[in-house]
Amino acid sequence: MGYLLETLVGGLLAGIMYSMVAIGFVLIYKASGVFNFAQGAMVLFSALTFVSLIERNVSFGCALIITAAVMVVVAVLAERLVLRFLVNRPPVTLFMATLGLSYVLEGTAQALWGADVHGLDLGIDDVPVSILGLRLSRFDLFASATAAVLVVLLSLFANRTRIGRSLRAVADDPLAALSLGVRLPKIWRWVWTLAGLVGFIAGLLWGSRSGVQFSLTLVVLKAMPVLIIGGFDSIEGAIVGGLIVGASEKLAEVYVGPIVGGGIENWFPYFLAVGLLLVRPAGLFGDRAVVRV
Amino acid sequence: MSGIASREPLLRLSDISLSFKAIRALAGVGFAVRRHEVCAIIGPNGAGKSSLLNIVSGVYRPQAGEVSFDGRTERQLTPHQAAKWGIARTFQNIAVFGGMSVLDNVIAGGNLAFGSTWIEQAFRIGRAARAEREARERAERVLAFLRLQRCRHQPVSSLPYGLQKRVELGRALVANPKLLLLDEPMAGMNAAEKREMSEHILDVNRDLGTTVLLIEHDIRVVMDISDHVVVLDYGRVVGDGTPADVQNSPDVIRAYLGTKRAAA
Repeated sequence: MGYLLETLVGGLLAGIMYSMVAIGFVLIYKASGVFNFAQGAMVLFSALTFVSLIERNVSFGCALIITAAVMVVVAVLAERLVLRFLVNRPPVTLFMATLGLSYVLEGTAQALWGADVHGLDLGIDDVPVSILGLRLSRFDLFASATAAVLVVLLSLFANRTRIGRSLRAVADDPLAALSLGVRLPKIWRWVWTLAGLVGFIAGLLWGSRSGVQFSLTLVVLKAMPVLIIGGFDSIEGAIVGGLIVGASEKLAEVYVGPIVGGGIENWFPYFLAVGLLLVRPAGLFGDRAVVRV
Repeated sequence: MSGIASREPLLRLSDISLSFKAIRALAGVGFAVRRHEVCAIIGPNGAGKSSLLNIVSGVYRPQAGEVSFDGRTERQLTPHQAAKWGIARTFQNIAVFGGMSVLDNVIAGGNLAFGSTWIEQAFRIGRAARAEREARERAERVLAFLRLQRCRHQPVSSLPYGLQKRVELGRALVANPKLLLLDEPMAGMNAAEKREMSEHILDVNRDLGTTVLLIEHDIRVVMDISDHVVVLDYGRVVGDGTPADVQNSPDVIRAYLGTKRAAA
């Protein structure tokens, strides 16, 4: 029983890491209906920038601030050079643009900082600690606390600031929001900045766990089932989806894995996602589109 | 306000033409809306009424012509500029922010009125505390005016149609606009809801002094509430005057109410 509980809680905590990546997607999807393929590249770009600054003897705090500033610049450039020209185009056009953007970001990151694998030490050891008799990873606990703070800050931002209110307004009805004087380019710069910063935090956590390297862009693949399960347009969905994916893949690995010969962890979330698609295509928390007929 | 400025019409459209590819929506449309009047645009489906409203709110850019508002003229009006000038609008299909509460919807309408940074806003400090309080007070006044206080914390999507329309009106009113554009404010309403909406529009016009430009199909409602009627047909103005003038104009009867021959 203790082992089951430990596996479950360990899985939930690991799932938070998936949620962090998924939230970046949700922010942009909500505000513009675009699946931002470049989110993974932003995770890599920010983590690589940060770790390269650290290796050049920039202090931890300075590196944080500089990388955050770089992500703001990336967001502004993405809007100025790409998105601005694609207003009113179908979502698939914008999706293709983000695909292109992801290659540009990946290429720039590697041209600037090289293609080596970098270790990243946040100063939190991945050692088990005992809480209520359960042995849990200290790093996972730290990641969960970070995610909790992040979500609180995002909800404060969305509910209490003018930009946040405008963001929600644009997500609900872009045309009506425009008529109130909301400027779409400004909103887009904001969501891309937020998504970039969320990606940066995800990049720090993922990078410190598995090293900062090109494969960091593949966290996109971990976020996909999370988004399908939680719904593309819901932050709550991203959290719950992450928890479900984290917990179920660990449980499946431990209890079903031995029967089918292991290696189940990588595909089980997709299996779950496809199953859910059959029942609830919009995801658990997603908005079901209402179409006038 | 100087005497000249108040005699000058609030809104003047001159020679507006708009085409979508091969389809001509508006051809040389021009008319003026005086201050403090209720002006109705009528005309058959496809006459270009909504296109015209979309031009005044900056959603469409006409290929030719000018929009003059309150002494300023613009060829390429943007929605942001229109909002800054004091032009607010509602939409033909309900366009409320369904996931947000009634109060938040109305507050969002005062979007341009904040003068503080987002950091101040997030933590409700400095100017933001006062701005937020003022925004809430303004929103509460609008809710009271439209008798919406009771549902202020409900998500708008949970309200019946008539109330959602009223929330949309409230959102447009909170910024204290000079000109209010209403695109079929009574579409899909029953007789009681229509009466209620008409009263609200007249209240807004009389008590707040807001100039109203509206599109409406129900000819009886139009005759009841408007001071000025403009008739469009195939993207041209075929009638412009008081409700009585327009009702008796042969051109209008032919274009809008059906030809004599067809009626006979």
